[in-house]
Amino acid sequence: MKAREEILRRVRSALVADRQGRSSDAGGDQGKKDQGTSRGYAHTRDLPDRLALFVERVEDYQASVIRTRPDDVAAAVAKSLVGARRVVVPRGFNPSWVPQGLDIVLDEPALRADELDAVEAVVTSAVVGIAVTGTIVLDHTAGQGRRALTLVPDVHVCVVTADQVVGDVPEAVARLSSSVNAGQPLTWISGPSATSDIELDRVEGVHGPRTLRVVLVG
Amino acid sequence: MNKPATSNTATFLGMPPFPVAAREALANSQLRRNLRHATHTIRSKRARVVEELDDWEQLRLAGAAIKDDVLGNLGGYLEQLEESLTRAGATVHWARDAAEANQVVIDIARSHKVDEVVKVKSMVTGEIELNAALEAAGISAWETDLAELIVQLGNDLPSHILVPAIHRNRSEVRDIFLREMGKVGRPAEADLTDEPAQLAGAARRHLREKFLRAKVAVSGANFAVADTGTLVVVESEGNGRMCLTLPEVLISVVGIEKVVPTWTDLEVFLQLLPRSSTGERMNPYTSTWTGVTPGDGPQEVHVVLLDNGRTKVLADEVGRQALRCIRCSACLNVCPVYERVGGHAYGSIYPGPIGAILTPMLRGVGTDEATDALPFASSLCGACYEVCPVLIDIPEVLVHLRGKVVDSHRGGVPGALQAAMTGASWTLRRSSRLALAQRFAGLSGRVLGRRGLIGRMPPPLSRWTDARDAPAPSRESFRAWWARTDGGRSGAGSTAAGSTAAGSPSDTTDEGGEPR
Repeated sequence: MKAREEILRRVRSALVADRQGRSSDAGGDQGKKDQGTSRGYAHTRDLPDRLALFVERVEDYQASVIRTRPDDVAAAVAKSLVGARRVVVPRGFNPSWVPQGLDIVLDEPALRADELDAVEAVVTSAVVGIAVTGTIVLDHTAGQGRRALTLVPDVHVCVVTADQVVGDVPEAVARLSSSVNAGQPLTWISGPSATSDIELDRVEGVHGPRTLRVVLVG
Repeated sequence: MNKPATSNTATFLGMPPFPVAAREALANSQLRRNLRHATHTIRSKRARVVEELDDWEQLRLAGAAIKDDVLGNLGGYLEQLEESLTRAGATVHWARDAAEANQVVIDIARSHKVDEVVKVKSMVTGEIELNAALEAAGISAWETDLAELIVQLGNDLPSHILVPAIHRNRSEVRDIFLREMGKVGRPAEADLTDEPAQLAGAARRHLREKFLRAKVAVSGANFAVADTGTLVVVESEGNGRMCLTLPEVLISVVGIEKVVPTWTDLEVFLQLLPRSSTGERMNPYTSTWTGVTPGDGPQEVHVVLLDNGRTKVLADEVGRQALRCIRCSACLNVCPVYERVGGHAYGSIYPGPIGAILTPMLRGVGTDEATDALPFASSLCGACYEVCPVLIDIPEVLVHLRGKVVDSHRGGVPGALQAAMTGASWTLRRSSRLALAQRFAGLSGRVLGRRGLIGRMPPPLSRWTDARDAPAPSRESFRAWWARTDGGRSGAGSTAAGSTAAGSPSDTTDEGGEPR
């Protein structure tokens, strides 16, 4: 028998007792509860100041945040780039958000990994921000670049607009479902790359960007 | 091409059973200090972030319900997942056991003529001992998670689900890096200190050349969404993103219980997992991908759906709940047994309370002495159940498996346990026999009961006394006391002189003061 058929046969025979109604009350009883009654958790959170919480929670991960008005984004991006000169800017990124005087690298044709490794920073937009968890999410559509762009350079500057910031994870998951259904990959980012693998001592910066700067517009 | 100078095929096979391994681990005071510090740190971080959510219990209920729905309809969800993955451009493979899964990975790697792969930390590839299989096939598997790197370079075994090198302190890590990195790639700088930030920097430089040149990556998955074909990897360091994004070919080995029905279900697990696991509101990076994305990431995507004993667990109606596990490791961090003996004593990639139930069910009760010892590696205190984000009643399953272990040893030459139980049954059937037994017990109490405790007994009783303190039998049984004092009503109501053993009725010695 092929592995596929064999595994599916094993699964069905493991569950035979259940289907015959002989299932004991142990173990599986939670699943037999109405799915509706088991969804009693909060789907939205009542937050007095969603944007302030977003800022606080992003900063909690040792990432920095600059809040700015829509016409000052380029200046905030410039400040966030902290001296980086060679910067990747993905196609579709709002041109009015790009500061003057940068050595801009385009990903066209696609940069090789080692070429990307020689770039100091990347500037992108995002698709969703999550206040409670201090998370930004990229769906890698226009303005965000393919996944490698926000991974290999050591500094990531990400512009998030106020209308993109939701309360908590369930609202974010709902907003992202169209991206997932369209087959887009997602990257959820909560602070810079980090590890606690040595004596549980948190260290910011391992393989991903060691510096994350968020520009919040509005 | 660089080859591992030392074999990276450390294995749990042939490790001594838990009681033996635990005794050795307990003697290692450095290990106990490392573990105590680490488990207490994560434990309090977790408690803090769980406290922040007033709907935590509802989230746990939902997590358990979603997983139970999956397990109860697993065949249908697996077929749906296969269809969604295939539609999205992924190639789906099925593997009944470790050998089949390893062969799939080896064949794909060979078809691309590579002699190395980069790996994201994954429990399941540890379970199937993929690295050893790849090495035997002439392919180096580079672990890229910092702790896995420490374990691999130290030719060591993982001892924790989340922090596999939890048993190593910073100076041990520094020594391993200085000694081993140069043998398999870019060496660590000679002036490397034992600051964690410096050590992480050394790992970044050492692994970056491997990430940039790798053609094939191997990962696991935390979740696999049936209706969209989306896989999810939850991580911290960015090594996962490197492996999932830069190579041309990605192979993900996924246990069949990892499926969740819909994308929306992740709203529950992406709250439960990071808070339970690292004690953070959210882990630094979560990657999701749906088959192949043109122009972004690997253009050849494989998914290996693995059984390897999971259907055996599914067939156990009490034990099945263990398949809800999302590998957060919260149960390890609160376990008083784990905290003292560490992960290696469990002799499995899955240590701690969840390992004590999962390993025997995956391998099968009665397989060997080491496996059968695991359900007994617990005090049944229940702390694991209290923190489990998907409500796995680990103590219930432990007791259930203890019964199965005993049953599996019935027949043949009766063991000490069986002999003792048969004896107890005979003794308790007649009150005269019990009275006689108690008189002997009282006598033995006088002999054995220095400090009120029984010390080390000869075999087979040593199997009990080696691991436990047992109070010595009282010098006078309750029945004897009752007969002598007419239930405390006669003047001689005090207990036998000098007896302080717990349970003696010395608190009823007031002279007939009780109302009739």
